Amino acid sequence: MTARIGVVTFPGSLDDRDAQRAIRLAGGEPVALWHGDHDLQGVDAVVLPGGFSYGDYLRAGAIARFAPAMASVIEQAGRGLPVLGICNGFQVLCESGLLPGALTRNVELHFVNRDQRLVVESTASPWTSAFEPGQEIVIPVKNGEGNYVASTEVLDALEGEGRVIARYLGRNPNGSARDIAGIRNERGNVVGVMPHPEHAVESLIGTAGTDGLGFFSGLVTTLVAA
Amino acid sequence: MPAYSVVVDVMLKPEILDPAGQAVANALPALGLGPTSSLRIGKHVEISLEADDEAGALAMATSMAQVLLANPVIEDFSVRLA
Repeated sequence: MTARIGVVTFPGSLDDRDAQRAIRLAGGEPVALWHGDHDLQGVDAVVLPGGFSYGDYLRAGAIARFAPAMASVIEQAGRGLPVLGICNGFQVLCESGLLPGALTRNVELHFVNRDQRLVVESTASPWTSAFEPGQEIVIPVKNGEGNYVASTEVLDALEGEGRVIARYLGRNPNGSARDIAGIRNERGNVVGVMPHPEHAVESLIGTAGTDGLGFFSGLVTTLVAA
Repeated sequence: MPAYSVVVDVMLKPEILDPAGQAVANALPALGLGPTSSLRIGKHVEISLEADDEAGALAMATSMAQVLLANPVIEDFSVRLA
């Protein structure tokens, strides 16, 4: 079978085409989904891409979470549909309650845009199954509101349950609590990550290499094996 | 139904860092103003709506704040008649 992976385009999404391209390069079939449409077209997984959905008005992701497509994503994620939120998509996942915590303004207020070293921790998710625990990867980070915050209890639970999927190595780009770059839900099907794996999938483009491809190829491998 | 003006103020919770507020606080002394012991920036939302009475207007605004205007993970809000 071919893994059909939807990418939801919101008004203000920027990285939807990049995500579609990454899916194709990973061997999957990208399916363009529209924010205003409840129908997820029977896809096997969904990517919520980066950008500034609805202008990030009020709070990043606050309005996108009420899009018709998100109602379907939230419902199907509850039944195990793999969902990856990248950057703005991570913000949408937190606003929608699919992931705990919130993302706030970068501590130093600057929009940070650079190649970022990460260490992968939890590989207990289809999205991170291509990596080894402790593996170091480099993918671009580009955000203005990437400072992950949550209560001490939530942070302790995330760490205690092995739900931190990646942490920043070296300088923390945004002040994120405990250097958290990405987390997953209890089941592992929902992952939010602030840096952009879809921007590191082709050696020809950029300096970060192809470490980001693993997020998509791991999912495709999992889906095809299922 | 009578019209009401309601104000919702949304503030980051005290334990959440407010880098924008800190930047403004740090800029004030350069202008000969301050120093301040604390400066935090929030959102002020003015809403005009129709309701049966004041309590109804406040209840509607409270619902709006709970569902959308504030994120309870990081923000507190208060509701009052304008």
